[in-house]
Amino acid sequence: MTAELPPGLAIQKVDERIMTLNVGPQHPGSGHMRIIVQIDGDYIVACDPDPGYVHRGEEKMAEYRNYITNIPHLERPVIHDSCNVLYPYVLGVEELLGIEVPERAKYVRVICSELNRCIYTMYWLAIYGIFLGHSTMFMWPAGDRELLIDLMEKISGARVTHAHFVPGGVRNDLPPNFEEVCLRQVNYFEKRIKEYAAVFYDNPILISRTQDTGVLSREDAIRLGTTGSVLRASGVDYDLRQKEPYDVYEELDVHSNVMKEGDSYARSKVPWLDMMESCNIIRQALQKMPKSGSVRVKLKPNPKGKGLDSVYKRVESGRGSLGCHIVSDGKVEPYRLKMSVGSFRNLIALPYLLKGEKLGNMPSVYWSLNYWPVEADR
Amino acid sequence: MSVIAPNFKLSGFIKSIIDDVVWFLLIFSLIGFPVIMMVLFFIPMPVIDGELLTPFLAFTYLADPTRTLPIVQAFMTTDMFKVMAFPGFGFAALLAAGTIFVERKMLAKLQLRVGPFYCGKVEGILQLAGDGLKLISKEIIIPAKADKPIFWAAPVLFVASAAAFVALIPVAPGWVVADVDMGLLAVFAVIGFFPIVTILSAWSANSKFPFIGGIRALFQMVSFEIPLILSLLGVVMVTGTLNLSEIAASQSSFPWIVFLPVGAIVFFITMLAELERIPFDLPEAESEIVAGWLTELSGMMYGLVQLGTYLKLYAFAALFVVLFLGGWNGPMIVPPFPMDLATEGIELGPVTAKIGGLEPILSQVITQEMLNGTLMFVLKTVGVIFFILLPRGVFPRIRIDMLLSLGWTKLIGLAFVNIFIALALVYAGVLGPGGLQ
Repeated sequence: MTAELPPGLAIQKVDERIMTLNVGPQHPGSGHMRIIVQIDGDYIVACDPDPGYVHRGEEKMAEYRNYITNIPHLERPVIHDSCNVLYPYVLGVEELLGIEVPERAKYVRVICSELNRCIYTMYWLAIYGIFLGHSTMFMWPAGDRELLIDLMEKISGARVTHAHFVPGGVRNDLPPNFEEVCLRQVNYFEKRIKEYAAVFYDNPILISRTQDTGVLSREDAIRLGTTGSVLRASGVDYDLRQKEPYDVYEELDVHSNVMKEGDSYARSKVPWLDMMESCNIIRQALQKMPKSGSVRVKLKPNPKGKGLDSVYKRVESGRGSLGCHIVSDGKVEPYRLKMSVGSFRNLIALPYLLKGEKLGNMPSVYWSLNYWPVEADR
Repeated sequence: MSVIAPNFKLSGFIKSIIDDVVWFLLIFSLIGFPVIMMVLFFIPMPVIDGELLTPFLAFTYLADPTRTLPIVQAFMTTDMFKVMAFPGFGFAALLAAGTIFVERKMLAKLQLRVGPFYCGKVEGILQLAGDGLKLISKEIIIPAKADKPIFWAAPVLFVASAAAFVALIPVAPGWVVADVDMGLLAVFAVIGFFPIVTILSAWSANSKFPFIGGIRALFQMVSFEIPLILSLLGVVMVTGTLNLSEIAASQSSFPWIVFLPVGAIVFFITMLAELERIPFDLPEAESEIVAGWLTELSGMMYGLVQLGTYLKLYAFAALFVVLFLGGWNGPMIVPPFPMDLATEGIELGPVTAKIGGLEPILSQVITQEMLNGTLMFVLKTVGVIFFILLPRGVFPRIRIDMLLSLGWTKLIGLAFVNIFIALALVYAGVLGPGGLQ
């Protein structure tokens, strides 16, 4: 038996001291995936993440649909962050078709994208809270998230899966009187998330539990190819909104949050700081946005690429760099579509971080990687 | 609230209750009453006081308090009543049920939720009954490789241990199920039984997550039992007795928490750990080991363990009240019963209200002291339970190594500090023989 077997089925040497735990796929602390953990007493000796339980073939599906009908299903991997998931695809198609987007549409996109980043991060934070046994931190973000979901519903008509970004702009203009409502809700939201410090981020038990656990050094973070908040928590100042600004990000003052520790605590704090930064960006965008004008360039019914052409675009999503590679052969549907997602790149670090940790640290280290199983499987 | 609340109207609620009562009376008078009469017609009746006991006479006896109240009094002084109802299981279960309801509503308010809302129309007050019915109606699934007799016995043993703990708690002067001279020692013995039941249940399930949970529970309970016992020694030193009733009675002028605050704090923290409450809920840590040692329990077996857990919670809170907060002692706030009602009668306009036979039951069983003591005890216990519930909304779970280092170093050290304080107070003559007590 030399054939490669899937994880969990491979023949292993049996050690009486080692116990193998299947954490997932039906486990309250795993998400839609399995982590095969081998423990010696309370210490983890080996860990083998096994994603793939929610693979839906989004990339293959995209080859059978034209550029417009791809939109509603390409946002499925992360329905809370659907604007950011669509963003690189829309940017890429625009470059393929050679469309120039109206100025107002670019600002609307930035606002939607930042609102979605906050909505996703609140959901992630809620689960991080319950993974640490902090039930209040599960309920508060899940409730405060509604403020921003209401805003997105006003913009696009749907609470999640907005399908709002289209090649050539956004689907609809902002509703009347939106700027005031948005400013009010975002200001209240920012005030609310600052209160989380008292109950969660400054909690001595939380700090003593997550500090110095699962430390990812700066070199390892770069070597393993992690991205987003995980990379920034390890001391690497890398934010695509700053480094490769797309749409109107270069006109806005974007500040990226960097922490040097690289432990679970830093990895959980960076997204929280990012949410405040998102509130800043939304306020700036609301101020600088042209007050009127078109938000969409009318396309032909079935747009086609110009001959054999390929384009790669990437944006900073809630989980880090999110890239989309589109290859066109001049037909109405893409020849090949490949998504490079931050979740999968962050998951690679998990076996390195969990080795030698205690079993009690597993949920906090695992979820601090800002990993979304459905996005990783696509 | 206003978004979620159904169209609840108090008038409609009262109307539905009146409807229910009217229907009950109608059905009873039309069907139930004639059936009872017909059955009684064929049963030969005994002769009491030279009178034939006809059904009408039986109803007259029932309505006559001079005949029924002595029966009630005789029943209330039996051991059966003590075990089943008042200071024992029924009283504790009632408080435990109230605790579950308050916990859910309080936690919901803390987390900006509504909590149980629909069941029972008023603030979800019947939610617990609904949950209990659901648990009873569920299928009990036993793992194929489980050690079945032990697996079956463990939840029952757990409830039995918790009930034994409850039996040792004095609620009011003279109202205790088991008035043992070595009461505190018996408490330690009962507490020592919980880890055994837990590990039996966990190991017999023959499954990985219960096994890890059981080992964690064993570590936690055994290592926190030592500071628990040490923290209570201070009270024993200053009172010179192990009898819980005497310890409660000795605090008539001031509670021991005034002199032994360190012991009270240590006991409170170890209590949280023994009860597996957050932040010490490692044996049931959901995100790590599913439900810990409860993972394989299903249906009413799980319900029994939950019942035992909340009985234990009540018993620990009550123990804290008895040892540190003065038990039933407190200001007399219950007004005396209008004894004229029993002896001479009270004139209410044209009618004179008099209930004969009430006097012995009021002077011997339900005295003013007993009512006041129970009220004080319940108020204090509810306060302690509130502080046991509160950390659940505030703290995350801690890790097993942090827990063990806390138990074996800091808490044991503080418990010794408490013992030295108690010794100093006794030798200085402030407390103990010749002192304040």
